[in-house]
Amino acid sequence: MSADAATLAAAVARGERGARSVVAEALERIEAGDDAVRAFYRVDRDAALARAEALDARVAAGEDVGPLAGVPVALKGNMCLEGSEAHCGSRVLAGYRPPYTATFVRRLLDAGAVVVGMTNMDEFAMGSSGENSAYGVARNPWDPERTPGGSSAGSAAAVAAGFVPLALGSDTGGSVRQPASFCGISGFKPTYGRVSRYGLIAYGSSLDQVAPLARSVRDLELLFEAISGRDPLDSTCIDDDPVRPLEGEGLAGKRVGVPREYLSDDLDAGVRARVDAALETLGQLGAEVVPVSLPHTEHAVPAYYVVATAEASSNLARYDGVRYGLRAPGDGSLQGMIAATRDAGFGDEVKRRILLGTYVLSSGYYDAWYGRAQRVRGLIARDFARAFEEVDFVAGPTSPTPAFRLGELIEDPVAMYLSDVLTVPVSLAGLPAVSVPCGTTDVALPVGLQLVGRRLADAELLAAARTYQEATEHHLARPQGVPA
Amino acid sequence: MSAWETIIGLEVHCQLKTRTKLFCGCRNEFGAPPNSHTCPVCTGQPGALPVLNEEALALALRAAVALGCDVAPRSKFDRKNYFYCDLPKGYQVSQYDEPYCTGGGIDVGEGRFVRLTRIHLEEDAGKAIHDRGDSTLVDLNRAGVPLIESVTEADMRSADEAYAYLTAIKEIFRFAGVSDCDMEKGSLRCDVNVSVHREGEPWGTKVELKNLNSFRNVRDAIEHEVERQIDVIESGGEVVQETRLFDAERGTTRTMRSKEDEHDYRYFPEPDLPPVYVDAETVAAIRASLPELPAARRARYVAELGLSEYDAGVLTSALDVADFFEVTASACGDPKAAANWVANDLMAALGEADASGSAPRDLGTLRVRPEGLAELIGLVAKGTLNVAAARKCLRAMLETGKDAATLVSEMGLEQVSDTGEVERWVRDALAGQEKAVADIKAGNTKAIGAIIGPVMKASGGRANPGLVRETVLRLVAEEH
Repeated sequence: MSADAATLAAAVARGERGARSVVAEALERIEAGDDAVRAFYRVDRDAALARAEALDARVAAGEDVGPLAGVPVALKGNMCLEGSEAHCGSRVLAGYRPPYTATFVRRLLDAGAVVVGMTNMDEFAMGSSGENSAYGVARNPWDPERTPGGSSAGSAAAVAAGFVPLALGSDTGGSVRQPASFCGISGFKPTYGRVSRYGLIAYGSSLDQVAPLARSVRDLELLFEAISGRDPLDSTCIDDDPVRPLEGEGLAGKRVGVPREYLSDDLDAGVRARVDAALETLGQLGAEVVPVSLPHTEHAVPAYYVVATAEASSNLARYDGVRYGLRAPGDGSLQGMIAATRDAGFGDEVKRRILLGTYVLSSGYYDAWYGRAQRVRGLIARDFARAFEEVDFVAGPTSPTPAFRLGELIEDPVAMYLSDVLTVPVSLAGLPAVSVPCGTTDVALPVGLQLVGRRLADAELLAAARTYQEATEHHLARPQGVPA
Repeated sequence: MSAWETIIGLEVHCQLKTRTKLFCGCRNEFGAPPNSHTCPVCTGQPGALPVLNEEALALALRAAVALGCDVAPRSKFDRKNYFYCDLPKGYQVSQYDEPYCTGGGIDVGEGRFVRLTRIHLEEDAGKAIHDRGDSTLVDLNRAGVPLIESVTEADMRSADEAYAYLTAIKEIFRFAGVSDCDMEKGSLRCDVNVSVHREGEPWGTKVELKNLNSFRNVRDAIEHEVERQIDVIESGGEVVQETRLFDAERGTTRTMRSKEDEHDYRYFPEPDLPPVYVDAETVAAIRASLPELPAARRARYVAELGLSEYDAGVLTSALDVADFFEVTASACGDPKAAANWVANDLMAALGEADASGSAPRDLGTLRVRPEGLAELIGLVAKGTLNVAAARKCLRAMLETGKDAATLVSEMGLEQVSDTGEVERWVRDALAGQEKAVADIKAGNTKAIGAIIGPVMKASGGRANPGLVRETVLRLVAEEH
C-alpha cells in the first residue's frame, strides 16, 4: 500500500488516479495475500470495480464524489450492507444478507468510499483473538502464528497487511483498540453515541461503537468525520454534527494522566518499555505527564462481563430459526426448532456468554449481578470524571501484552477476558479512546499506546494522538513483506 | 357458614390508534395482507434499532389523563425476554418498574370505584396462525403495534362489575380517541385474575383467565371460574395458582400452565431507548384537549337537560353521537326532542347504513348535519310537519342531502290543519263505521284508531293528527 486514504482520495478527486485502478490494486493485494492472512470471508470484486468505475465517470463529469473518493474500505462481518452477507462469524447467520444498509455504511458510500469486502471476526464480536469464528481464523501479518487480536480480527489484519487503507471494526470492550495494538495500526473507539449503531449487529448495546481502523490518525479522523453525527434511526446516537478534525498541534500544554492501576507488574516488559518511552515523548511534545488513580479498575472486567453478556443474551434471542439464518428442525415443535437452531448455530464462547447473561438477569439474581455491575459501572465512570478534573487525557498501554500465539488462551476464557483489562474500563464509561503504535518489542511485535479523552472530546483526543504520531515513526513500521 | 366473596382484578391491553407502529414507520392497520406492513425494525433484523413514536406516547398520555392517572415525569422501557415465533426479537419492549403512569381509576356506577395500579406502554407481538395445515404461519403486521396495558387493583367483586369496568374503559378510550377498543379485531384484550374466599376470611389463591374474546366471555368466564373455585374448596380441595384458558363454546376453563411453568422474563432496561421525560405542561395541554367524558356527559344530560338515563346512555355511546346531539339540541332549543331524533331515528339510520357494524359508522359521514336536523325539529314544533311526515322527510334528507324546507315543499309534506278539509276526510271515514262510532260514543277511545287510520291514509299522511282526533270526537258527539 503506497498511500494513505487522504492522499488517495485527493488524487482520485482531482482525476490524477482512477478509482478503478486504486480499487483494482487493493483487490490484487487481497488476492495475493489473503490466503495467508484470512482477513476477508467475502470479497465483492465485481461490485467494487463497478462502483469504482461509476465514481470515475462522475469525477470525469466534474462531480465532487466526496472526501473518501475511491478509497477501498473493508467492513467487519457484523455490518449491514444491503445484500452483502453479514454472518458475524456465526453459523447461525450463514447466508444472511441484510435487507437494508447501515447508516454508517450509507455515509461511507456517500463519501465516495468503495466497500471491497467483509472481514472475519470472533462470533458476534465475542472474543479477543479472532479464534471464535465459524469461518476460519485470521492471522497477524507480523507473525502468522499469532493472533491479530479481536474481535475485529480481519479488519485490523486487512489494514496491517496493506490490503486496504481503511477498515471499520466495532469496539464493545476493546475489539478495535486491542487488534490495532496487536497489528501495529491505529484504531479509534469514539464516545458512545458519536456513530449511529443502526445496522451494526448488536452484541452489548450500551457498549457497542462502530470504530475506524487505519494506518494513521489522520486517516482515522477522515473516516470518523464521514460516519459520525446524529441519526434519527438510533435513539442513543448523540444529536450533534459530524466531528471535524481539529487542525494543528494537540499536546502542548495538555496534562496527561497515567493511571497507576494500568502499570501493574503483570504488564509485559516489552510493552512497559515502549509505553514508558511513548509517555516520555508526550512530555517532550509539551504535555505534562502526571500520575492519576482510577481506583475501581480491578472491578471493570467482571462488571463488563456481566453487563455485556446480559445485553448479549437478549440481543441474540432473535436467532431462533424463524425468520432468517440457520434453521435446524429439532423435534419438529417450535421450542424444539429454536433449541436445535441455537445449539447448532452458536459456538462455545457465544453459548457461554448467553448462559452467563441469562443467569445474571434471572429472577432473584438480578440485583446481585446486573444491578451491582451497573453500580460498578457508575463508579468507574466517576473514577474517570475525577481524573479528568485534573488532566486532559489518560494514557497507558492498550493491552498488557503484545499479540499472543493462536491457541495460547483459547482454552482459558478467564485469562482471555483479563487481557481486556485496559480497554473495558473506558468502554464502561462510554469515553473516546485511541490506540496508536508506539514501537515494537524485542521480538518485533507491535505495541499500542492507548489515549483516553473526555466524553465528547473525540476531536481533541485525535489531535493529541496525531501530534504524537507525526512526531514519531512507529506507525510507518511494516510487517515483513508488506511494502511501506 | 358465611357467604362467598369474589375478588377480581383485570389487565386490559388496548392498541393505540396511531398512524404508525410504536418503534418504526410501518402502518398500524388491521386486516392488511400478511406481512405487508413490516420493515427491518419490526421483523427484528439484526442491527435494526427502535425509535419511539411520539404519537403513540401522546395517545398513551391521553389515556392516562382521561383515567385520572399520575403521569411519571420520567419512565423507561425494559425488555421482557421470552421465545415465541410471533416475537421477532426474542423480547418484547415494555415497561417494567418505571411505567409511564400510575394510579387513577374508573367509576363503575352504584358508588363503586375501580382503582388502577398502573398503565404501561409496550409493543404488540405478531400473530401466529396454527390452523393452516401442518405449518405455523406468522404474520408480523401486528408486531410493534403500540399497546397500553392497564392493570387494576383487585377492586371488583362480581362478573357484572368487571363487565361494567370494561364497558366504561372502552367508552372512555373511544371518547378520548385513544383506541377503538374492538375485541373482535383484537384492539382490546383482557386477562382476568379471580379468587374467592368466605367473608371475613383471608383472600383465596388467584387464578388468571385468558382467551377472553368478548365482554360477555369475560363475564361468563368469571362466573364459571367462581363456581369452579367454590366447588373445589367446598369439596375439600385447594385452588391452585395457575393460568386457565376459557373455552367459549363450552363455557368452561381449563389449565394452560401452572405457577411452576411461569416464565422468568429477565426484565432489564432497554439499552436501545433513552428514558422518556414528560413535563407538567404537556400533561396540562393534554388535559385541556380532552373532550368531556361519557360519565360526566350522562350526568349532565339527565340533570340539566332532563333526559332519561336510557337516552343519556344511548347518546353517550360514542363521541360523535354525543356531539351531534349537543349541537342539534342547542340549535333547536329542545333537548328532549333532539334526544329522541338522534337516539332513535338517526341511530336507526346508522344501523341501516352499516349492518355489519360492530362499531357505529361515524355520524360525520351522514348527509344530515345537526343544524339540518334542528330545522326539521323546528318544523314539527311549529306544526308545519306531523311526526310521520317528518320521519319521511328525514329519510329523504339522508338520501338526498337536501334541507328540510326544500323537501317539505317538493314532497308536499306540509301538515293539513284546515278544518274544512279535515272534516271532509273524517266524514268519509265515518261512513259505514256504525260499530266504531258506537264504541267511541260508549267511551272506548281505542276505537278512534279505526277512524284516524283511514283519514291519515286519505290525506297522504299530511292531516294534523290532533285535529283529526278532535274532529272525530266532535262529529260523533254532534251526530248522535
